[in-house]
Amino acid sequence: MTKEYKTIKTELRLPYELAYGATWTRFFEGMQEKKIYGTKCPKCGKVLVPARSFCPKCFVDTDKWVEVSQEGKLTAWSYTNYRYFGQPVDPPFIGALIRLDGTDVDLLHLVGGIDLKNFDEVKRTIKNGMKVKAVWSDERKGHILDIRYFEPV
Amino acid sequence: MANKVAIVGVAQNAGCESKDNYYDQAYQVTRELLDKTGLKKDDIGTFISASSDIFHGGISCANAYYWETTGAFLKNGSRQDGESLFALFYGAMRIMSGHYDTALVIALCKGSENPSNESCTLMYADPFYQRGVGLNETLAAALQMKLYMKKSRITAEQCAKVAVKNLGNALGNPYAHRRGRYSVEDVLKSELVADPLTELQVAPKSEGIVAMLLASEEKAKKITKKPVWIKGFGSSLDSYILGDRDLLNGQLRNAANRAYKMARITDPGKQIDLAEISEPYAFQELLWMEDLGLCSPGGGGKMIDSGKTEKNGALPINPSGGVLANNPYVSRGLQRAVEAVLQMRGEAGERQVEKRVKTALAHGTHGFAGQCHAVAVLGR
Repeated sequence: MTKEYKTIKTELRLPYELAYGATWTRFFEGMQEKKIYGTKCPKCGKVLVPARSFCPKCFVDTDKWVEVSQEGKLTAWSYTNYRYFGQPVDPPFIGALIRLDGTDVDLLHLVGGIDLKNFDEVKRTIKNGMKVKAVWSDERKGHILDIRYFEPV
Repeated sequence: MANKVAIVGVAQNAGCESKDNYYDQAYQVTRELLDKTGLKKDDIGTFISASSDIFHGGISCANAYYWETTGAFLKNGSRQDGESLFALFYGAMRIMSGHYDTALVIALCKGSENPSNESCTLMYADPFYQRGVGLNETLAAALQMKLYMKKSRITAEQCAKVAVKNLGNALGNPYAHRRGRYSVEDVLKSELVADPLTELQVAPKSEGIVAMLLASEEKAKKITKKPVWIKGFGSSLDSYILGDRDLLNGQLRNAANRAYKMARITDPGKQIDLAEISEPYAFQELLWMEDLGLCSPGGGGKMIDSGKTEKNGALPINPSGGVLANNPYVSRGLQRAVEAVLQMRGEAGERQVEKRVKTALAHGTHGFAGQCHAVAVLGR
């Protein structure tokens, strides 16, 4: 990033501390126990995951907690092969939308458990609509990456 | 619209990297706009700015840094964070209120100094869930592109043709950041970023200080012989969590319909002569054209194949080169409006289209895979 003209290099590093709130506290505590929780909207009946305190479409409180399946179908995926600040894992990795069985929205997560180095091989293995299941990390901290990734079933 | 509002002057800077300071650049563009319109700083009624000072600037809170350099200090003004076409809407509304007869609208972004768009837009995602799995604008777009190609049977070649057209159009645009004659093969063989997006299908990060002067009908006629009228505007925002959304049935249709209703547009494909669309990712030009009603649903691929959207086609789209050629993240929507104004006034230089442009559309988008859309319809 060295430029031919005079520049100043500066950085913003500021600590913030954000509350999870009751619903996401429970959801992420569930992750620690290897459970994925959703909530159900009493009006449209949709199961939202991660759990939500309200249904954004119907704008009413959700009223029921459901433990959802750890398996689902791949809605869409992308093989990401560049570096950016704050990325979850070193590239290459696969970012994906996954529809867990019995839920009505997609969960954004990673697909792994296969050799990711060779993109042509990845393309032969990973297909939209294929079945995937959650692979848990041994050390869980109540974080979205307590699920390391979803792997092909 | 209750009261007519005109765009009476525009100014912008070049999108490539500049060694000038942001503070001075903002002054230079504002100075150019005042000189072009023959107004003095004290003649301006109200100011609206658009910027994203922390993520796409790393400086200041809100508008403090450039408030004096744009001539806005001591004035009643306000600002927009995010999509800059909203600043145009707010400026127009202030004039429509009858309290002001001129408004200076300015959008600012100096991309050359910023982290990559992928790094900045990761911070748009919440730290609990989506940021943790790496969501940024490019990943969201790649997922949307996969779904779009499958559903509408759009080919990789058709998506690449958008980049070929727009980067070629940019050869005539002195303000563009990236330009060139490329083949479909060049585009598809450029470096893989996030499959299926390759480097030439992803917009760069550019500089863009973009300004326009709005005026009431009475005032406009005193300032210029070539006013461009704001006929209608509309916007719509989708929900925040990506997995909740239908990425192929987004909010652009709603935004467009709101603008069309105000502008009395009933058949956009026939009534709109030219469109400047924000396409930070090449395929989005095709998808957004469908949502804007400029072609049939699912007809985006056929539209690019037909050549209609070429610079001298029946419905030119992005004769400036669009966002693929110049992507000052926050300013890109307002820049689309500036380019539409130049075309309508016959002042677009080498990128001027042959056809007479009576009605033009400008579109802006912000956030993941078109979470936020804004549309303006302009007329002579």
